[in-house]
Amino acid sequence: MGKKMFEFKTKTIVATGLGAALFTLMFMYVKVPTGIPETDIQTAYGIGAFFAALFGPIAGGLIAFIGHALSDSIQYGSAWWSWVIASGISCFIIGMVYPKMRVEDGEFGMKDIVRFNIYQIVANVIAWVIVAPVLDIVIYAEPVNLVFVQGVVAAVSNAVSAGVIGTILLVLYSKTRSKKGSLSKEL
Amino acid sequence: MKAKLFDYIDRDNFIYNLSGLTKLVCFICMTFSVMFSYDIRYILFVMALSVVFFRMSEIKFKQIKLMTIYVAIFLLMNFILTYIFSPQYGIEIYGTNHELFRISTRYTVTLEQLLYQVTKITKYASVVPMGMIFLLTTNPSEFAASLNRVGCNYKGAYALSLTLRYFPDMIRDYQDIALAQQSRGLDMSRKEKLGTRVKNVMNICVPLIFSTLDKIELISNAMDLRGFGKHKKRTWYAAKPVRKGDWAAMAFGALILAGSLFVTFFVNGSRFYNPF
Repeated sequence: MGKKMFEFKTKTIVATGLGAALFTLMFMYVKVPTGIPETDIQTAYGIGAFFAALFGPIAGGLIAFIGHALSDSIQYGSAWWSWVIASGISCFIIGMVYPKMRVEDGEFGMKDIVRFNIYQIVANVIAWVIVAPVLDIVIYAEPVNLVFVQGVVAAVSNAVSAGVIGTILLVLYSKTRSKKGSLSKEL
Repeated sequence: MKAKLFDYIDRDNFIYNLSGLTKLVCFICMTFSVMFSYDIRYILFVMALSVVFFRMSEIKFKQIKLMTIYVAIFLLMNFILTYIFSPQYGIEIYGTNHELFRISTRYTVTLEQLLYQVTKITKYASVVPMGMIFLLTTNPSEFAASLNRVGCNYKGAYALSLTLRYFPDMIRDYQDIALAQQSRGLDMSRKEKLGTRVKNVMNICVPLIFSTLDKIELISNAMDLRGFGKHKKRTWYAAKPVRKGDWAAMAFGALILAGSLFVTFFVNGSRFYNPF
């Protein structure tokens, strides 16, 4: 069965909805402090990357976008739009790996791990070192050096989160699925 | 874990009776008008308006206490960080230099820098009451309906309404799993080393994530069986009709936005307002 990059079936919608709820929960409650203020390692990005790899770029992008906007709104009353958009973009790009993955058929070998992590690192660099700081400057007129420092820190911590947690979850998930063609017909 | 999402209590007043669509449009208009302008006079005007609306909506302070504390901490952090990283940014923006006093050669205190940072704080703070009004006075199921009506694809709107529907369930599941694991001897408190604590948190998250994946399967099958997504349009049970008051409110929101653009382009000629 071929997988289309931008399909939007019922399962994608439900995955988006529940994934975003999970993302919001993780974003608000489950974070690992790094010691630098305003920057914790967000486990939510591991979840975002995991869902993006399983359900594609649209689900991934929307999960991170809705999840980030919602948790910001609940905690601060208003979302920090430049970072919300960057979140969406990072998981959207990670989702591009989706047509090449066969995790639901129980296949997630070394090659897939490397591929997933390359996508994930590229996505985080684009989103946090380019998109987020530029939007910060355009929308909020934040000082240039501050936003780039924040962007680099965010890129590293989110790449660590997506790489470690995302990879672990994908490996675990692939083990729960039965391999394609693992049953043979007895004649 | 006590924070409740959309602590929605139905009340009967002007703000509550507006449709979700109206509130969304007004929220977007006012947010953008503040986001775009860097003129402190206009921002203060919008801020005063949003405080008036906040009073009109009769939201209790108790509902927003935690939020207010978070916002205050965030604004304070941003204020300090901005000054540490670029103490001269105000001069760069406004093009003039009025020095008050000097801490070192790099860290001088200028009127421009103060104006820039105070403007920035009011900019963020003025949107917060609007966001709170929107979050606390909109019925979550109606919200999806209003998104659909402003032109968002109904499948996307439905995904959001699923998020709002399942978020409280997920918090409950998370607590249940956490308590179950703790009763089996998993230590989540500060007594444990950081590395072990991270591992323990993973032990709670993994069952949560996998049960979510099962739920996705279940719900999407149920929706498919009921023919979800067969047609181009759908109707919403929770949608409210748009009344006269809604049109008036939306027109007012648009006026605020237009005012912001007018001040930017015709009065100041740029996004920044320099009184010096």
